Amino acid sequence: MNATTPQSAGTAATAIEISGLSKWFGQFQALKNVDLSVARGERIVVCGPSGSGKSTLIRCINRLEPHQQGRIVVNGTELTDDLRNIEAVRSDVGMVFQQFNLFPHLTVLENCTLAPIWVKKRSKAEAEATAMKFLERVRIAEQAPKYPSQLSGGQQQRVAIARALCMNPSIMLFDEPTSALDPEMVKEVLDTMLDLARDGMTMICVTHEMGFARAVADRVIFMDRGEIVEQNTPEAFFSNPQSERSKQFLHHVLDRYEDLG
Amino acid sequence: MLRSERFRNLFYQALLLAIVVGVGWYLFSNTQHNLQTRQIQTGFGYLSREAGFEIAEKQIEYQASDSYGRAFLVGLANTLLVAGIGVILATLLGTVVGIARLSPNWLLAKIASSYVEVMRNVPLLLQLFVWYGLFTELLPSVNEAIAFGDWLFISQRGFRYAWPAEHPAWSAVGWGLLAGIALALGWKSLAHRRQLRTGLQWPVVWPSALLIAGVPLLAWALMGAPTEIDRPVLEGFDFLGGKVLSPEFAALVIGLSTYTAAFIAEVVRAGIMAVDRGQTEASMALGLSPGQRLRLVTLPQALRVIIPPMTSQYLNLTKNSSLAVAIGYPELVAVSNTTMNQTGQAIEAIALLMAVYLTISLAISAFMNWYNNRVRLIER
Amino acid sequence: MADTLSDIRSVSSAPPATSAGPLAWLKKNLFSTPTNSLLTVLTLAVLAWIVPPALDWLVFKAVWGPQPLAACDAVRGQGACWAVVWEKFRFMMFGVYPFDQQWRPALVIGILVSLLVISGIRWFWRPSLAAIWAIGIVVSYWLMSGGLGLSPVRTEQWGGLPVTLILSIFGIGFAFPLGILLALGRRSSLPVIRSFSVVYIEVIRGVPLITVLFMASVMFALFLPERMRIDQLLRAQVAIILFVAAYLAEAVRGGLQAVPKGQVEAAQALGLSYWTIMRKIVLPQALKISIPPIVNSFISLFKDTSLVVIIAIYDFAYAVKKSVETDFSWKQYFIEAFLFSIVIYWIFCFAMSQYSQWLERDLARNTQR
Repeated sequence: MNATTPQSAGTAATAIEISGLSKWFGQFQALKNVDLSVARGERIVVCGPSGSGKSTLIRCINRLEPHQQGRIVVNGTELTDDLRNIEAVRSDVGMVFQQFNLFPHLTVLENCTLAPIWVKKRSKAEAEATAMKFLERVRIAEQAPKYPSQLSGGQQQRVAIARALCMNPSIMLFDEPTSALDPEMVKEVLDTMLDLARDGMTMICVTHEMGFARAVADRVIFMDRGEIVEQNTPEAFFSNPQSERSKQFLHHVLDRYEDLG
Repeated sequence: MLRSERFRNLFYQALLLAIVVGVGWYLFSNTQHNLQTRQIQTGFGYLSREAGFEIAEKQIEYQASDSYGRAFLVGLANTLLVAGIGVILATLLGTVVGIARLSPNWLLAKIASSYVEVMRNVPLLLQLFVWYGLFTELLPSVNEAIAFGDWLFISQRGFRYAWPAEHPAWSAVGWGLLAGIALALGWKSLAHRRQLRTGLQWPVVWPSALLIAGVPLLAWALMGAPTEIDRPVLEGFDFLGGKVLSPEFAALVIGLSTYTAAFIAEVVRAGIMAVDRGQTEASMALGLSPGQRLRLVTLPQALRVIIPPMTSQYLNLTKNSSLAVAIGYPELVAVSNTTMNQTGQAIEAIALLMAVYLTISLAISAFMNWYNNRVRLIER
Repeated sequence: MADTLSDIRSVSSAPPATSAGPLAWLKKNLFSTPTNSLLTVLTLAVLAWIVPPALDWLVFKAVWGPQPLAACDAVRGQGACWAVVWEKFRFMMFGVYPFDQQWRPALVIGILVSLLVISGIRWFWRPSLAAIWAIGIVVSYWLMSGGLGLSPVRTEQWGGLPVTLILSIFGIGFAFPLGILLALGRRSSLPVIRSFSVVYIEVIRGVPLITVLFMASVMFALFLPERMRIDQLLRAQVAIILFVAAYLAEAVRGGLQAVPKGQVEAAQALGLSYWTIMRKIVLPQALKISIPPIVNSFISLFKDTSLVVIIAIYDFAYAVKKSVETDFSWKQYFIEAFLFSIVIYWIFCFAMSQYSQWLERDLARNTQR
C-alpha cells in the first residue's frame, strides 16, 4: 500500500494545538476551556453523549464554527478571522461529514476534481489522475462517471472520503461518518478509514463505533457537556474508566453491543 | 350490462359529450340569431378593413388608414415590448431583492422583506393607477418641465430625452456590441479550455468588459465618429426632437416590474435556501472561496429550483400587461377593445386575443419542460 | 499519554461581551465586515434622506378627520389630505347603494369576513362548513338585493367593498366544486373527460383574466336568447367563477397527487366504489394538503377582482376611483384616496398571507410524527 499522505508545509511535530478553547452559541456555552494537543500521525477518537460538544470541537478546527475564546493552531497557522489563514488551514485539513454532502449535480469524478482544479489550480488531467488514484484506493473507481444519487449510502461516503483526500490534506476530520448509514454499509466505510489510519494519516474521528476506536485509536477522548472529561489509550479507557460520567457512558454504549451478542 | 365497468365508462363520456355538444349548439344558435338581429357580421374579414383610429405609440409603421389587422400587429408589438422590458427589469430587481432578503445585514434584509410584503399584497391595478397618477398629475406641465441640462426633460407628457441623431455608424455600433459579446464569450471558452489543460486561470472579467465596451467603440470611431445629438426642444405646446417615454409606458413598465419583482424575489430566495447547508459546508471544508462556492456549487443547484416558478412569473407578467387598457397604453388588449367597439365583432376579437396569449403561454411552458428535462438531477 | 482528569463539575460561564447581547447583535447583524458596515451606513443615510419628509407628508403635516376642503388646500404639497377619506368614505365603501339602507351592505361585510375567519379555524374543518357557507351566501344575497321584507335594490346599485367581497367569496365558493371536478377529471382514465378537463384548465390558465371578463361582459349577451337579460354583475361573477375554477383545479391536483396510491388500492380491494373512495378517503386528505395553495389562490383572486374596473363594475377599487374622479373639488387628492384603498387591500391580503404561512407551518408540524 502506498503511503499517499505527504506531510504539509508545517513540519512541526504538533499537528493541532488547542488551548483554552471556549465557544458559545448565543448564551449557551458549547465548549468550556478545552485544551488538546494532537501530534503528527496521531489517531484520535472523540466520543461522548449527544450535545457534549464533540462535533463543535472538530468543526472549530477548520473554522466551520468560529470560536470566541482560546487559541487553535493548525500546522503552525493560528485560526483567526483572517481569511488567508482560514483558507490555508482548509486546504490542508480534509473533512468527512455525517450526511456525506456530495455535490448532486456533479459526477463522482467531478466531485473529486472540483477543489484541486479551482483551489490548487491543477490541470484537469492531473486532477483526474489524482482522483482516480484515490477512488481506487477507496475501491470505488468503477463508479466514477455516476452521479451521487445513483450510489448507496456506503458508496457515497467512500466517495466523500476520496474527495477529501484529493486535496492531499495532512489532517483528516471525521464527523460521525457512519451514523447515517444502514448497518450493513458501516463496515465498508470503517475499513476504508482503517486503511487510511494504517498509512499514517493524522485523524480525529468523532464516532460511536467503539470497535473502530479499539482497533485504530492512539488516544480516546471522552467529552461531556463541553469539556474533555477523560483521555487515555483505548485499552485503558475501555477497561478502566476513571470518571463516573465515562463509566455511565460506556455502560450504555457497550451494553448495547453486548446485548447484540 | 348496466353494471359493466366498460359500459359505465362509455356512458359517462357519452353523457359529457352530449352535454357539451348540447350546450354548445344552444349557445351557437342563439349567437347566430342575435348577431343577425343586430346586423353584426361574422368572420375575420374585418381584419383587412380600414381601422380608422390612431395609435399613440407604435414600434412599427402605422396610420389610421391601415387595416385592423395591422393595428392588431401594432398592439402585439407593444405587448411584446412591454413584456420583454418588464421581464428584464423584474428579474434584475427581483434577484437583488431576493438575495438582499438573505443578507446577513439585518437592515438590508428587513427592507427587502418589507418591499416584498407590501408589493405582493396590493392589487397590480391600483399600483398602476398610482404610478400613472404620479406621472400625470404630480409632474409639472410641459412648459415647466424638470430639466437635466438639455438632454432630459421630465413633464406630464413623459420623459423626453436626447438621443444620437440618425447615422449609419449607430447600427454599426449595434453590430459591434453583438460582436463584442461574441468575442467575450469566445475568450471565456478559450480561458476555460486552457484552465482544464494546464490548471492556470486566465482573467476573464476585465477582458470581457473590455471587449464588450471596446468593439462598439471601435465601430463608432471607424464609421466616422458622429457626435450629433438629437435634442428635444420646446416648441409651442410640446417638445420636438429626441425620443420620448410616455407616462403610460413608463407607468406600465415600472408598475409591472416592481410588482413582479416581489414575486421573483421570493422565487430566488426559495431557490437559494433550497440548497442544503451541508453543500456550503462541504465546499468550505474543501477550501473553495465564497465566489467559487456560489458559482460552482450553490447557483447550479439553486437554478434548478428557481427556473420553473420563474418562467411562471414571466408568464404572469405577460398576462398582466393586459392591464394597460386601464391606463391607456395601446397594447394588444386595448387595440382589440377599440376594434371590438367599432366593428361589433367581439367574438372574433376576443378569440384572436385569447389565441395570442395561449400561444405565448404554451411557448413558455414548452421551454420550461425542455429546460427541466435537460437539467434534471439524475435519479437512481 | 495516559492523562486522566478527575471528575469535575462542569461550570458554564457567560460569553464574552462582544459575542452575545445587544452589542454583539449590532456587530453581527450590521457591522460584521467592512462591506456590511458600508452598506449599513449607506442604507441609514438613504433612509434618513427619505423617511423624515415622507413622515411629514403622511402624518405630521397631514390633515386628518372630517375637515373642510379649505383645510386641505392650505397644506397642499406639504401634507396629505386624509380628510378626503372621511368625506368620501360612504361612497368608497358602498358605492351608489341607497343611503338609508347602507346598514345592509355593512352587515354583509361583517358576515362575509366572519365566513372567512371561521373557515380558517381548524375546528370548523368538517362537512358542516359547507352548510355554513351556503347559509352565509344566501343571507348575504338576501341582504344585498332585498325582497322578503327588505326594500329591493338592483345590482346596478351595489358597489364598494361588499361587491369586492362578494365577487371573491362567492367566486371561490362556487368555483370550489367545479375545481374539484376538473381536478378529478384531469386525472381520470377516460379520454373524453380528461381531454375536456385539460383543455379547459390550460386554456383558462393561459389567458389573462381581462379576456375572460371581456368574454363575459360582451359575449354572454350574444350567447343567450334576447329575452334573457343577465345583469352585469352576474356576468362578471360567472367569469370569475370559471376563471378561478381552473386555478383551484391545479391546486387540488397537487393534493390528489400527494395522496399515496396505496390508499386507493386498499380501498378498491375492500370493494368501495369510485365516488365513495373519492368522498371518504382521497378528497379529505387531498384537500387538507392543498389548503396552502388554495389560500394563495384566494389571495390572488381578491386582488384580481379589482380588474372589474375595466368592465365598469362598481367594486371597491372602482368606487374609490370614481369617488375622486367625479368630484371636481376633491379631484386633486386622488393619491390619498388611492393610498387609502391600497391600505385596505393590503390589510386583507397581508392578513391572509400571514395566515397561509402560519397554516403551512402548522400542517407540516402536525404531519410529521
